Amino acid sequence: MTQVKSLADLRRIKETLQGKMSLRENSNNPESLVQIRVAMATCGIASGAKQVMEFFIEELDKRNIQAVVTQTGCMGYCFAEPTVEITLPGQAPVVYGYVDTAKADSIIEKYIKNGELLDGIIPVNYETIQK
Amino acid sequence: MKDLSMHIMDIVQNSVTAKATKIKIEIIENMDEDTYTIIIEDNGIGMSREFVSTVTDPYVTTRTTRKIGLGIPLLKQNAERTGGIFSIDSEEGIGTTVKAEFIFMHPDRLPIGDIAGTVVLLCTANPEIAINYHHVTNSGEYNYDTTEIAETLDGISISEPSVIKFLKEMINENLHLIGISK
Repeated sequence: MTQVKSLADLRRIKETLQGKMSLRENSNNPESLVQIRVAMATCGIASGAKQVMEFFIEELDKRNIQAVVTQTGCMGYCFAEPTVEITLPGQAPVVYGYVDTAKADSIIEKYIKNGELLDGIIPVNYETIQK
Repeated sequence: MKDLSMHIMDIVQNSVTAKATKIKIEIIENMDEDTYTIIIEDNGIGMSREFVSTVTDPYVTTRTTRKIGLGIPLLKQNAERTGGIFSIDSEEGIGTTVKAEFIFMHPDRLPIGDIAGTVVLLCTANPEIAINYHHVTNSGEYNYDTTEIAETLDGISISEPSVIKFLKEMINENLHLIGISK
């Protein structure tokens, strides 16, 4: 039987990462990163927000885009869940509704990479909601 | 909700909103007594006695963005549908404990779902909160603690994709070892 993973294996991963870390240090200022907040209240979770959040975390890493992916509460757009708020550096946040993994993929490719707005922004006159 | 891990994600969000710094998620599978119990305990701001008595009502919520709160009522409904018991204990300034007991073998008892992914996602989204996950079955138990993880990582972020992937695998393998039910 193969050995079950333990904290000792995690320590090895840490050591590999520490080597790479110095390269990233300078860009650790969150203002300069893409910020993604996935709405994860009852409505979001029930609509599949978890898969969307996992997709963003995995794909942004694969495509080499540095971003902060976090959770937020219900923004009041339960009808359009899963909703995702994207803040590009130096820009006002934009909320996309009905985000599944296919939509998340085009958000990364078009909006995050090229700043091209997509359909499905809610609402039109958007202001940041403090959680 | 399609599975129990989604309920857990949802109830833990309440703890996060209640400014908890410590959250304990406990799952106890008891074949002998035919119970499947989920306990979520936090040290958040807690609720007043009056609020606790009304919180299972869907038309009660602390939120200002909408007037309906379904997280707790849905979990209560799903637990009671199997013949189980649901309870909330809370004290202002101390914290809140939510307990949902399902009848293990009841056909309406939801499957656990991706509990490893849920726990890891909660930890990465809330790195400042100490999260403890404890899972007990008839053949053993597994304990996962973010304080321990943070010490091992020694300054490296838990949100690093390779760390996330590793943690999920580690939890899944350990849960497999103690033979958790679907």
